[in-house]
Amino acid sequence: MAELDREGASFEMGMHTEQLSGRTQQVYFSPEEAENFTYPEAFDVDFNRRTEIDAAELDSGAVNRKLRELMEQGYGTIVVKNPGAKHSLGVGILNRLQLYFEGSLGYFGCGLIDGPNVRISGRVGWSCAENMMAGTVVIEKNAGSVFGAALRGGDLVCKGDVGSRTGIDMKGGTIIVGGRTGAFSGFMMQRGRMVILGDAGVNLGDSMYDGTIYVGGKIAGLGVDAVEAEMNALDAQWLERKLRLYGLEAPRGAANMTKIVAGKKLWNYDNLEPTEKKLVL
Amino acid sequence: MCGIAGLIHRGTNADIGSEMTAMLQSIKHRGPDSTGFALYGTGLQDQYVMRFKVAEQEDVKKGFRIHDEMKARKRAVDERLAELGVEVTSEEQATEYAYRYVFSFDGDLRRATDYVEDIEGVETISLGHALELVKDLGDATRVSTQYELGGFRGTHAIGHTRMATESDVDIRSAHPYWAYPFNDVAVVHNGQLTNYWGMRREMERRGHRFMSNCDSELIAVYLADAIDRGEELEGAMWRSIDELDGVFTYVVATGDRLGMAKDVMAAKPMVLYESDDFVALASEEVAIRAIFPEEIDTYDPYEGEVRVWQS
Repeated sequence: MAELDREGASFEMGMHTEQLSGRTQQVYFSPEEAENFTYPEAFDVDFNRRTEIDAAELDSGAVNRKLRELMEQGYGTIVVKNPGAKHSLGVGILNRLQLYFEGSLGYFGCGLIDGPNVRISGRVGWSCAENMMAGTVVIEKNAGSVFGAALRGGDLVCKGDVGSRTGIDMKGGTIIVGGRTGAFSGFMMQRGRMVILGDAGVNLGDSMYDGTIYVGGKIAGLGVDAVEAEMNALDAQWLERKLRLYGLEAPRGAANMTKIVAGKKLWNYDNLEPTEKKLVL
Repeated sequence: MCGIAGLIHRGTNADIGSEMTAMLQSIKHRGPDSTGFALYGTGLQDQYVMRFKVAEQEDVKKGFRIHDEMKARKRAVDERLAELGVEVTSEEQATEYAYRYVFSFDGDLRRATDYVEDIEGVETISLGHALELVKDLGDATRVSTQYELGGFRGTHAIGHTRMATESDVDIRSAHPYWAYPFNDVAVVHNGQLTNYWGMRREMERRGHRFMSNCDSELIAVYLADAIDRGEELEGAMWRSIDELDGVFTYVVATGDRLGMAKDVMAAKPMVLYESDDFVALASEEVAIRAIFPEEIDTYDPYEGEVRVWQS
């Protein structure tokens, strides 16, 4: 295992440590300006104020409108009972919130959220937490395909098995899978980290630009331009710390996980013409 | 997009008509154009059940002459069946244009169905010892009410809600597809086969007839052909993963089995619930929740996966 060669404040906080080096990286605001971390119309909620919604007889739109009304009233902890695998529940929440779903969600659950901490006691369908920007989403059972598509930030955790194309096009944040994932996980991944404690399906990390995938089990096959890299002490420490937050651990120890990164020969990393690129690849 | 569903009771039978109606109604947003059911009853040992129609639903609205034509077509069916020595023991008129016959026959079943199909405007929807196939325009509740499917007892069923994309909105293009003229084989499918025409020509060279231009029918005929040649259903399904090209998730039912297969791209959804005595699967979990409101464990089958269950 390679020696630890980098430490910093973000590492101490258990946050990501990778250097953002993409060509299109731009800084839109100064992180010192605290007001930029809160949306102008965000509700001032109190986590100690708790309430419940019974979703059994409500459609998805009504549940989401009710969540917004309750946040407006200052409730910071909301429990949704009987979600019944309905689609698009808990989407577009741009607020601090403790949100609990007692049951399963259908497609597109918790998509486009920025800030809430969500706990789901059941299963989630396709495209859970798509385009999530910040916060945490923790699922106790299994998840469908396209889990965390285009994820931008936050922690997305499924303690069970996940379907195909997990983390497709993810641009940041962390996806943690307690079980196995299907084919094409990490397809066109651009940034962030994916941790798969079980086995990974074929074409893992296919066409990934950047980011890191850690696998605890067997890898059925790597995709184009995905390559194995050496684990270092920083990787192991980060994994142990992150997994501990969610009561998970790597089956063979964090240091023995397999690390997959982009070979960076496929996209935008050279000035080769397409015909020349064919020779390289 | 389309929605597909299946269920099987192992070692018992139940009101599968109501169960499948509830499942399909909950995923009607995946396909509002037509709904189809393939229900497997408790089985007729020495008899066959045949469902056929004498017109399309839309035809009936077109004028007065169609009503006389439908009567004439029905008379022609009766005459041809009698001519072949078919002994009809039970006759029901499900709708103005659809009938259900139970009959005894020990002759060439293929010849009999071909002879009936030869009447203009007549289509055999299904034929078998256990299979009863019902499909029509509208959502699940409407079709189920129209054909009185509530209370239909059996062991297993598959169903489909169709969003018409590449063929007409009519009964002929609706799923499930019966593997004409094989007994009791039906398929529902979500996806698109890209080698449809090549494989269809291969099947036609072996003497199979196709009743539609829908790629889903190919899966039914492909599997029935394999079973007819002595292959096990599960083996044929594994082979289909390699030989069928495109994106697909399909559910197949035979007289006593239910199976599902997913292509290697896994681009079409399927959620599965399995217990010792019951299995339910559907494009979306809401369909399973429609018959299991309590919390249950479900999962997505993986790419290239095949599963088969026996009733």
